[in-house]
Parts: sequence; structure tokens; C-alpha cells
Amino acid sequence: MTHEFFTLRVNGTDHEVADSWLGESLLDVLRDRIGLMGSKGACTQGECGSCSVMVDEVLVCSCLVMGASAVDQEIITIEGVAPIGSPSDVQQAFVDAGAVQCGFCTPGLVMAVHDLLERTETPTETEIREELAGNVCRCTGYGRIIDAVERVSVQRRATSQKESS
Amino acid sequence: MSVVEDTRTDIRPGTIGDSPARPDGIEKVQGNYAFSSDLSADGCLFGATLRSPHPYARIVSIDLSAAWKISGVEAIITADDVPGKLTYGLISQDQPVFAADVVRYVGEPIAAVAALDPETARRALDAIVVEYDVRSPLLDPEAAIAGSHEPIHPDGNLIRHQRIVHGDPSATGDVVVEGTYEIGMQDQAFLGLEAAIAYPDPGADGIELHVATQWLHEDQGQIAACLGFPDDKVRLVLGGVGGAFGAREDISLQVHTCLLALRLGRPVRMAYSRAESFLGHVHRHPATIWMRHHADAEGTLINVEARFVFDGGAYASTSSAVLVNGITMAQGPYACPNGRVDGYAVRTNHLPCGAMRGFGAVQACFAYESQMDKLADACGLGPEEIRLHNAMRTGDTLFTGQAVMNVAPVEECIRETAALPLPDEPVGGAPLDDGSPDAMKLPGGAGRTADARDIVRGIGWGVSIKNLMYSETFDDYSTARCRLTDGVATLKFATAEVGQGFITIAGQIARTVLGVDDVVLDQIDTGVGSAGSTSASRQTWMSGGAVDAACRAARERLFEAVGAAHGLEPIRLMIDGTDVIDTAGDLRVPVSEASAGLEIDETVEYHHPETEDLDENGQGNCHTAFAFVAHRAVVDVDPELGLVKVIQIATAQDVGNALNPLSVIGQIEGGIAQGLGLAVMEEIIQIDGVIRNGNFTDYLLPTFLDMPPVLATLIEQPDPHAPLGAKGVGEPPCISSTPAVVAAIRDALRQAGIEKPLDRVPVRPTDICL
Repeated sequence: MTHEFFTLRVNGTDHEVADSWLGESLLDVLRDRIGLMGSKGACTQGECGSCSVMVDEVLVCSCLVMGASAVDQEIITIEGVAPIGSPSDVQQAFVDAGAVQCGFCTPGLVMAVHDLLERTETPTETEIREELAGNVCRCTGYGRIIDAVERVSVQRRATSQKESS
Repeated sequence: MSVVEDTRTDIRPGTIGDSPARPDGIEKVQGNYAFSSDLSADGCLFGATLRSPHPYARIVSIDLSAAWKISGVEAIITADDVPGKLTYGLISQDQPVFAADVVRYVGEPIAAVAALDPETARRALDAIVVEYDVRSPLLDPEAAIAGSHEPIHPDGNLIRHQRIVHGDPSATGDVVVEGTYEIGMQDQAFLGLEAAIAYPDPGADGIELHVATQWLHEDQGQIAACLGFPDDKVRLVLGGVGGAFGAREDISLQVHTCLLALRLGRPVRMAYSRAESFLGHVHRHPATIWMRHHADAEGTLINVEARFVFDGGAYASTSSAVLVNGITMAQGPYACPNGRVDGYAVRTNHLPCGAMRGFGAVQACFAYESQMDKLADACGLGPEEIRLHNAMRTGDTLFTGQAVMNVAPVEECIRETAALPLPDEPVGGAPLDDGSPDAMKLPGGAGRTADARDIVRGIGWGVSIKNLMYSETFDDYSTARCRLTDGVATLKFATAEVGQGFITIAGQIARTVLGVDDVVLDQIDTGVGSAGSTSASRQTWMSGGAVDAACRAARERLFEAVGAAHGLEPIRLMIDGTDVIDTAGDLRVPVSEASAGLEIDETVEYHHPETEDLDENGQGNCHTAFAFVAHRAVVDVDPELGLVKVIQIATAQDVGNALNPLSVIGQIEGGIAQGLGLAVMEEIIQIDGVIRNGNFTDYLLPTFLDMPPVLATLIEQPDPHAPLGAKGVGEPPCISSTPAVVAAIRDALRQAGIEKPLDRVPVRPTDICL
């Protein structure tokens, strides 16, 4: 087993990764080497989206990306979305809308929703369903999550209209 | 989207009837909530489990020598290393901690390893050499009943046989319909995989286990027995639970983790992979159910005959209780004077089955609701008409002779569901702006080749009854402790929060009863009496009842103190908002002031009324309470490709009193998703006893694209038997949503002139198109 040292830039901070084996997934490196436990592993084959993170502004399943291949890229995890105690608009909307039950899928979904709303300010319900279909939630049946996304979309539109006027 | 018309505006924020935010919500969205798989400790070791590759074999020898030579391996344990009871189980303790001489299912634990890292532990498993004498597995439940296969367990192949004979079971009707229905094995598929960490006490004479479970005290008892410890030497703390749905009611890795930690005198972590999780917990029982319904020409039920066979897999788990739930619900939510039901739960060499949301009622409902549709057709009635005509009411009796004394708004559930609007989406989905079909709206989505012109739409119904709490003399009480001082209520209970939101309503109850704003929730652990299991739709009723009773006891102490201070009889006092007031005078004192300096501390057990065993004819008041629900599904179907898209589910549910309407909606939508999954997607496939789809690529779970909008009406008729008027709401959503979807598919196919029985769930494309 080849052991390598490499550096990952996660949430704006450089982390030296020691003791990682070369093929170790980014998810395992984030959790077990760097100690960022917010990204969750539920299927480890890219089906459920619980491990979603941003790598150079692209939403990926971190279980499918090799940790060592993410060197020199900007990695954003759930811990980098907002400071603890100051949730982002998406995070707050998840709580307010009842989009959280057990919460295991939630970090991945929050990443996916931020990504969706960055690219599409006012997604239709069909677009929300299509864009988030890579994130499985077993508790909620998705209804309250869609409501949370729509709440943020409305809020952001209202804010941007206020700013432009 | 769900229709939640909340017209109540006079509710104090955070009290009963409001929908305050979950207390763990912010941590969960920010990623710093600790699930049990996130727990670690300095110097902790990693455990892994060796599992049987055979469904049925004798173990000839186990050679650990090569595994011991691997650097970093710290412990290897087998059945020889279990110091206490060698077996465990929820109702009968028939499941070995480790298989000693026989393996009875693919995935049965044989040994466990602890190593410095998970990879080394897994390599050690590969190095263990087990020699097997492979035997012919028992895979046919009928062979288990017939006795045509050798006993695969010392307790035999029959777990339980129970019959029910009620009224005149030979009664016949002018109209008779018959069918045999099959239900596949469903997985709970919680997202948070099994995980635990065990900390041995110094001297290894006790242990603390942090684990994701549904019932801390039941685990405690089973673990302690296997470790050879008294219960108080085993302390359990609830690790963050990533969903449960029944799969965490049985022991999985608990005993193994403790044994390794005690052996080494160091903390040990175990965590399952998804593939291992499919092997490591019990599943929903596959079942075959034959039913024959007799009715008069007007469609009035006269007699129901039924035979149930539940495949329990290799070990008993809760099979006997699942069986009783199934057979006692055979008539559905309908009045019927006569019945004869024969039920079997058997052992096979399939994966062990036990609790999953709905617990036997799901299997029964698919059969009786399919029958009700057949009966409607035979009588020339519509699906709503036949159900309204036979709808059960308070006071009607089940085949067990038990009268349903709860609120039983079956008719209201059906009428309110029917009143919800049908989708305005045209068949095949609204076209794009240029008039072309929107592929995203077609069954199968953009990646399939459904032709919009071939799509047919159908509507189907499902109505169900579910027993709440445990049955058959089991006293599944719950305990809560309430401390009140300086306007702050601190609650302690062992109720497993698995995502359902009990921790939210516990605070709401305390605020309502005590007039406080600040509620602190103590750690959930075995440091207080049992809360019973988070299952059977029971915690709102049972632990809600316990928290309510503990808070009321604390309030009595508060009133005594206020009464003494002001020279008033405590009975004159009450809570108004956040004040203590004198109902016959002018006194008004804020609770924060009234409780200043007091140290009120009350612990209360809440018990539900006693239930009875069933006699040999299945007679007895075996259940505690009942809840009801109706579902209407609308589906689009491509008959040629066998593709189904569920367009809408409408539902009206008997909830008693919605303590937290948003949480109730969450349970309704989430439960319906699991019912939809069983209807058209989810099944564990075993071939020759070997699981073939134990991963999320091949075991299909409903996604955002599979789950339609849900329209929900809450039928709020507070139940006088429930401590807060509130019925459990977790299970009913997933019970009759399944037959509703299947009935809608049958109806859609009929629009295309195709008659298909669809007597098996999940419905597969080939069941539709071939």
C-alpha cells in the first residue's frame, strides 16, 4: 500500500493529509484524515448524494472522487457553507420548512440546493426535482425539501428586487 | 404540495399545536450534528464482522491463525468468546451472537475482528479460513409449514401458527371474490448506517455503548445477558440516529462491539457499509396471502376467509407479532360479522425479517384492498362506494372479538380524501411551450422512450387500519422525568429520537403544561427508566403521555408552593400562558418567578391499558388502540413499456390531535414515499438464498422524481383514550398508499383495454407489459 502526503484546500484552509492511501476517496479523506465529519457516507457508490461537496465549483459525490486527485482544487464542504451558529438562507429554510427529519441526507442536500440556486435563481418544481434527484432522502418524501428550496428562491428574488430598486 | 390550512392563530409559540423548529435542526443542516457513525475516541480500534457466504451450512472448522499474523490485528473473537448468553432476540432469544456450528443465512456473523484501522480489520476477515459442510437450504415457506425440510433450527421451522375464527365462518354471500397476493421483501434503507462505539470501564467490569437504536433499554438487557453482566453494568447512550423504520429494533453490531472493547480494554468502533447493512438488519417480511371475500349483492361484507404465510427468514425476531398484526387486520377498516383466518410465520434460510414501518399491517392491506376493488367490480360499485358502504365505526368489532373503542373516522377519511382536487396536469404531463411533450413528465422520464400518445391514467384507492402500541399483554410503558426550577423545565427520557421529532413535541408538551418558555432536553440514555421502542406509532402516545404526566406532576408541586406562599388552595391554581393564576381571584405570577429557587423533580411512568393474549380461536382484546387513513393515487402508465409515474397522492389521516402539524405532514409524506417504493420499486432480491441487489444502485429507492406531490387533510378528532388526544401518525401513511398505487395502475391499464391482476408488489414493468 503506497502512502502519500498531499495537501488539500478545504473551505479556504490548506490541510496536509498524511497516512492516506492513494486510492482513498475524498469522502474518507475529509472525514477520517482531516476530521470534517459533516459529509456523510450512506451508499459509497454515488447513488444517494449524502457525501456531496463542491470541487472547483462542481457538485460531486465525494465518495466517487479520489482524495489525492483533488489537490490544487478548491473544495467546499458543508462546514464551509456558513459559520456554525449562523446558518445560510438554505440551511435556515430547511429547518423552518420541516425539511429535516433524521438529517443524514441533509448536508448533501444543502450542498446540492446551494449549487442549484447559484445556477438557477428561480427553478420550476420540475427543475428542482430533476436537479436534486441525485440526493436520496428516506424520511421526508421530499415535499418539505421542495418547499424549502422554493422559500429561498422567493426570498432571494425579493432581496435582489429590493436591491435593484 | 401539501395542503396544510392552519387556521389556529391563538397558539403560544412553541406549545402544542404550533410547529416549532426541531431543536437539533440547525446542527443537522450545518453538518455538526454527531451521528453514531461520526463518533470516535483517542486510541479507538475498528471492528469488522466475518459473515457466512452460505444460506445453510455446518461449520466444520474455523482457522484464525493466518488472521492473527497480520500486523495491527488486536482481537479476533468467535462464539467461544461469548461469556454470557450465546443467543439474543426480541421475543425469543434464538439468534446466535456468532454462529457456532451452523449458519442459517447469507450474512450470519461468525467472527469479529478489532484492528488498528478498518482496512486491516477487513484484511484479517479475508484471512480467516472457515470450512463449511454446505446443506440444502430451506427457501420455500410452504415446505416449512408442511414439515418437508429438516429443522434448520432447534426450535423448528414453524415460528408461530395462529388462527382466528369469528362469527359463522361458513357464512357465504351472493358475491364471492378470491385472490392470492404476494408482497416482496422491503428494506428500511435508512441512510445512517449501523454504527456504535463502546467504551469499557476500567477493569472491564462494565461498559458504555453509544449506538443508533430504537430502544435503549431492550438493547441494554439483551447486551448485558450476552456479556454476562447485570443490566446496570451496561450503560447505553443514544448516538445520533440516521433513520430507523424498524431496522434498529433488533440487535446488529451492539454485542460484537462491546465484546471486542471488553476483550481489549480499549474503545472500539464498528460501522457497517451499505452492503453489510442489507445483511446486518431485519427486513419487512415477504408474505403470501390468500383471501376470499363474501358479500351480499349490495356489497355488504358477510365473511372474509384468509390464509397468511410470513417468511421470517432464519431467526424469529418479531415474526410472531408481525403475524398477529397481519391476521388481526385481515378485514381491513371494514365491519364484517364473520371471518376465518389462518396465519403462519415460518423460518427459512432467507435473510431474517422483523420490524418495518407498518409491521404486518402493510402485507394484510395490500391483500384486503385488492380484494375490496374486486368486490366493488363484482357488485357494480365504485371503489369509494364499496369502502364507504362497509366503513368501520367506533364500537365495531374485529375478528378477534375486540371492539374498536377509539375514534374511528373511516368514513371521514374517505370523504375528505375524495374532496381533495385531482391533478390538473393533463395525461402524459403538460406539454412544453412549443406544444411538444415534456419528456420529464412521462413515465420513465427523459431517458426512456415512452410515447405521450400511449400514456393512460388511472385512479386507485387504499384505506387501512393500524393498531397503535404493542399488543398481546405486553406492557410497553414509558418513563419521563421533569425538573422545574427558575422557569426552566429539564426533561429526561430514554425515547429514541430517530428523526421523527419526538424531541420537538416533548418541549411543546412541557411549555403547554408548565407555562415555561425554556425547555432543556437531557441526554437520551439509560440513566432513566425505559421509554419502550420508537416503533408501532407509539412514542407520541406513550412517551408523550409520560412527558405530559411528569410535567403535570411537576405542576402540582409548583401549585403547592404557590398556594403555600399565597395562602391559596392549590386546586384553585392553573397555568395561563406563562403565568400561574388563581381561577377564583386576582393572583397572577409568572411561572419563572413562581418556580424561582424551587427544585421540583418528578419522574412518572405512563402505562397504557392492559391487553390480552389471543386464545386458540384468535379471540381476545389483544390490541391497545387503532388509527385509520385513506389514500387516493393517480398514476400515468405506459402499458407497452410497463412504466409507471405516480402523479399525485391524496390522503386524509386520522391523527387525533396534531401536536405539531408540520411534523405530521413530514410523517405523512415520508411514509407515502415508502409505500410508493413498495408498490413499484423496492424489493430485496434473493436467489437461492443469496441477496443479489444489496446496494443503492440495484435496490431502487424513490427519488425526487419518483415521488409526486401529496395533498393531505388531517382528520383531527382528539381520541379520548390518548393522553394528549393524539394518535401515532408514523405507520398509517405507508400502509394503504401501496394498494392505492397498484389499484391506480390496474385502473390505468383498464383505460387501455388491458386487464392485469397485479397481485404482487412491487409491480415490475414485466407485470404490466408482458
